[in-house]
Amino acid sequence: MKREIPLMIVFVTGIFMAVQFFVPHSTSEFVYEFVMDWTIIIGIFALALGIWSFVRVATNKIKRKTANWQFSIVALIGLFGMIIFGSGFLGGLESYMFRHFFNFVIIPLHATMFSLLAFFIASAAFRAFRAHSALATVLLLSALILMLRFNPYLGPVGEYIGDAASWILNVPNLAAKRAIIIGIGLGMVATALKVILGIERTYMGSD
Amino acid sequence: MDFFSKLIGLDRRWVFLVLGAVVVIVLLLEFPTPIRINPEVKSVYDFVEGLEPGSYVHLALDYDPGTLAEMHPMTYAIMEQLLARKIKIIMTSLSPNGPGMAEEAMLNIMDSARILHGREVVYGQDIVFLGYKPYPGIVILSMGQNYRISFPNDYYNTPVDSIPMMQGVINFDNVEGVILITGTSGVDFWIAYANGRYNVRLAVGLTGVMAADYYPYLKSGQIFGLMGGMLGAAEYEKLVNKLGPASEAMRVQVWTHVAIIVFILIGNISYFVSRRKGGLGK
Repeated sequence: MKREIPLMIVFVTGIFMAVQFFVPHSTSEFVYEFVMDWTIIIGIFALALGIWSFVRVATNKIKRKTANWQFSIVALIGLFGMIIFGSGFLGGLESYMFRHFFNFVIIPLHATMFSLLAFFIASAAFRAFRAHSALATVLLLSALILMLRFNPYLGPVGEYIGDAASWILNVPNLAAKRAIIIGIGLGMVATALKVILGIERTYMGSD
Repeated sequence: MDFFSKLIGLDRRWVFLVLGAVVVIVLLLEFPTPIRINPEVKSVYDFVEGLEPGSYVHLALDYDPGTLAEMHPMTYAIMEQLLARKIKIIMTSLSPNGPGMAEEAMLNIMDSARILHGREVVYGQDIVFLGYKPYPGIVILSMGQNYRISFPNDYYNTPVDSIPMMQGVINFDNVEGVILITGTSGVDFWIAYANGRYNVRLAVGLTGVMAADYYPYLKSGQIFGLMGGMLGAAEYEKLVNKLGPASEAMRVQVWTHVAIIVFILIGNISYFVSRRKGGLGK
């Protein structure tokens, strides 16, 4: 029964949610809303589980003095600091410290990390975009055209490059992306069916 | 080792240095950068222009501080256009780090409307910010049923039912469309659930690196407009006739791309010369 009950719950809810999508009746909608509430509640438990897991991993690192354990102290201070400053008794989201940590620590840190990408992309482009084969040449030319489409100083040539860039985005890019998206979609349907029918059971663990 | 072989193995710190120098020099010099408007951006502008004053638009600002430089200019340009057209805005932010920035944008836009245009934008009558809730997929599905399921209160903890502009607004059926500005994969939830399940008209503003991935949805009609990165933001600023940070940043982006192209050309010339000399295996 330890395995049968979860399998039965997954089968019934999976089939119900699939059928419910096609039933525009108020009862169906009511049950759907009810299930949505449950999903939110379960999601909140997942959040708590995530925080607990993070704290455990970080404290273990500090206890065992593993590589770069000092960063775990910063991570824990950041987590609990923001929880304390953002909690109601210290002014909540409007508190001075919460706002300042967000505006002057989190925003610049995120922006810096993202900005660094530009430098690494430039370095990667210098090394990777080499016309050493026919396919690599196609990739190189596509990259050059897409980068040049921004350039307003190319005069009438810029118009042609702009059109070529639109063609690359709307024809070969579109075809490849569609193939990938449809492939992923079919894969998701197949996986969902395997879970609903009890063929895929790894989510229940190994017991 | 000859000159071209050395160039192939150029230390990447030289690339970083040149790129950094280009960014700083171009930032210091001021000159205009002409912007060409793409149809996928124009369709977002046309959508807003075609709305009746008093109608509702849902503005979803689902981005993190990391993508702020690209996303904020889009947000400002679109919000200013929406408020100038007297469109009522329902804002949400389904990214954990998003609400602070979304609120900042809203307050700044309300201030600039009052100071620069002499128009009072009243919170609760012209604009409302519902805030953040975790699990975007679930939240989007619930907003399609009723905004109050996920957001019984707004960002400032005011009950949604007591907010004047939310009277009679139940779900996505009451908004003309959703304009989503995001740097996360949460855009997939909006396409699959808001458009797929509830047939909401959806336009997206994405980071430059994400934009190419979403052209299929543009062609299929699942999204009706797409603003890609800094360029998309700069195009929108030009459309609303208010050149701002994105138009400024395009200058840097254009010349940074030129620097990258020069590096690519140097890499390829070095590669072919070295190969001809037998320095590299074919």
